[in-house]
Amino acid sequence: MEVTINNIRKEFDRFPALNDVSLKIASGELIALLGPSGSGKTTLLRLIAGLDFPTSGKIFFGDQDASHHSVQERNVGFVFQHYALFRHMTVAENIGFGLKVRPAASRPPKTEIRRRVSELLDMVQLSGLEKRYPNQLSGGQRQRVALARAMAIEPRILLLDEPFGALDAKVRKELRRWLREFHDRTGHTTVFVTHDQEEALELADRVVVMSQGKIEQVGSADDVYDRPGSPFVFSFIGESSQLPVEVRDGTMLFQGQPIGIAEAGDGAGELFFRPEDVTLVDAPDALFGKVTACRRLAGTRIAEIDIANDGHAPYHVEVEVPLHAPIELGSETRFRPTRWKVFRK
Amino acid sequence: MIHNATASPAKWRLKRPSIIPGFGLTLGFSLAYLSIIILIPVAGLLWRTAGLGWSGFFAVLTDRRTLDALYISFGTAFVAALVNVVFGTVVAWVLTRYNFPGRRLIDAIVDLPFALPTAVAGIALAALYAPNGWVGSLFMPFRIAFTPLGIVVALVFIGLPFVVRTVQPVMEELDREVEEAAATLGANRFQTISKVILPGLTPAILTGFALAFARGVGEYGSVIFIAGNIPYVSEIAPLLIVIRLEEFNYAGATAIATIMLIISFVMLFIINLIQAWNRRRYGNV
Repeated sequence: MEVTINNIRKEFDRFPALNDVSLKIASGELIALLGPSGSGKTTLLRLIAGLDFPTSGKIFFGDQDASHHSVQERNVGFVFQHYALFRHMTVAENIGFGLKVRPAASRPPKTEIRRRVSELLDMVQLSGLEKRYPNQLSGGQRQRVALARAMAIEPRILLLDEPFGALDAKVRKELRRWLREFHDRTGHTTVFVTHDQEEALELADRVVVMSQGKIEQVGSADDVYDRPGSPFVFSFIGESSQLPVEVRDGTMLFQGQPIGIAEAGDGAGELFFRPEDVTLVDAPDALFGKVTACRRLAGTRIAEIDIANDGHAPYHVEVEVPLHAPIELGSETRFRPTRWKVFRK
Repeated sequence: MIHNATASPAKWRLKRPSIIPGFGLTLGFSLAYLSIIILIPVAGLLWRTAGLGWSGFFAVLTDRRTLDALYISFGTAFVAALVNVVFGTVVAWVLTRYNFPGRRLIDAIVDLPFALPTAVAGIALAALYAPNGWVGSLFMPFRIAFTPLGIVVALVFIGLPFVVRTVQPVMEELDREVEEAAATLGANRFQTISKVILPGLTPAILTGFALAFARGVGEYGSVIFIAGNIPYVSEIAPLLIVIRLEEFNYAGATAIATIMLIISFVMLFIINLIQAWNRRRYGNV
């Protein structure tokens, strides 16, 4: 099911939680809504589900305007962060709930419900646990019961709110891979909310980066990491350093001095670069600073460098250096970014 | 089977090793306290009753007046507790779910039956529900006061806070997400309440029922003003006990008390069993 979100605005007590958000989700796509807390990602997910209603704007499911459809009419599968399982029901009763509450005309017969429940249990690899109560399951198992329960109603779209948020790291990783396979197998249009960029980049076809009630950028993992569209995206995703620079006559100046990299378009701006996109140089026109700390990071080393700032707090940057590079604490190091981006003021 | 080499044969021990000190002191205090307040009076009651012998006890038990009084006491308490379960849950729902002007006032009013002297409540209710009272006159020729129905009215008044105050905190802790989950699965509001919310509240409601019922069975002060106290019709067992005492028939009075004690204990025990069974199924509800 294709979902189109047109100019959605949502206010809570006059405070805008979402501000003019538009998004097109293709059928069968796996989309991540990524952002820090308070960025409006969960609000957007709840609006798609019909658990909240927008102040203005429209939501289309296919060609159908669903903006005023109730949550029951929308037929979406929603998996809550804390699972929200019915704890007085067994696993099987939880999963079958959505079928059992259907009006008599469209309710499948009991045997059919039982068959579907065991099919779903198979799919989420929990066969044999149908008689258990939720409090007798581990976190990962509960998560999968919640997913099976959401899938039982044959939803038009699957929505997951921080699906792995409450699980420990190892289970998280497993479930992440498992969800990807599950999605590829069932082909459901899926939207999930996360604040974990690694999760979003690894899992999603497209990542929607949000901040302060707005969409900052929509794109593949490569897009948002390699071609960030805004200063926020550059600093939110991955590691990065930033410095105020000025471009004059095609060269970049930092504190009035050329730093040996070319850039078109004159004017002041903010230079962003990632630690791994830096090379150490031995030239006068380069950035330079004092090494204040050195961290070993798997196959490389990260040097933290303070660049003096004329009496103010020094600029702090991080660069990746080869393991055998002659870096000493307190020594002065010269470097240039090899890949960078300047955001104009 | 694998045995732990160092395990000594299972030995019964009163105290398990614990980092929380004071077990002996607090257990000793609890036992002494319960003995003085509850166990010794109850033992005295049983001892007095024993003075009657089996045949005497049996005679009191099978006396028409005793049976009718017990029937009225337990019957009206049961009906009143049922009424309170329904309306007490509704009151708790309104107090937890909605914010409206005067909510705190209503919240405070709920506790009034706890504080009001029961005789005052009985006189007020009797005046209201009497055939010539404000409410009672509306129902004429159907009579409320001075019938078992009047007793139910008094017990509903007395028992209400027990249900509200046990259900309310549990209701406050209900997870909104669970209701939303039911809605996303297609359940309408009625199905959400009957299949998701109420089953979650059952243990609390059952506790509230047990408390209101137990309170109703023992209630004396408010009931005697509104009941009319007609033997075989609207005479409650506690009143019959007082009547026997006034006749200096102490053995007869304690015999009725013993019967009430046994019935109450059995009913409360059964409710506790149901609760324990509930807990085993759903974990710590």
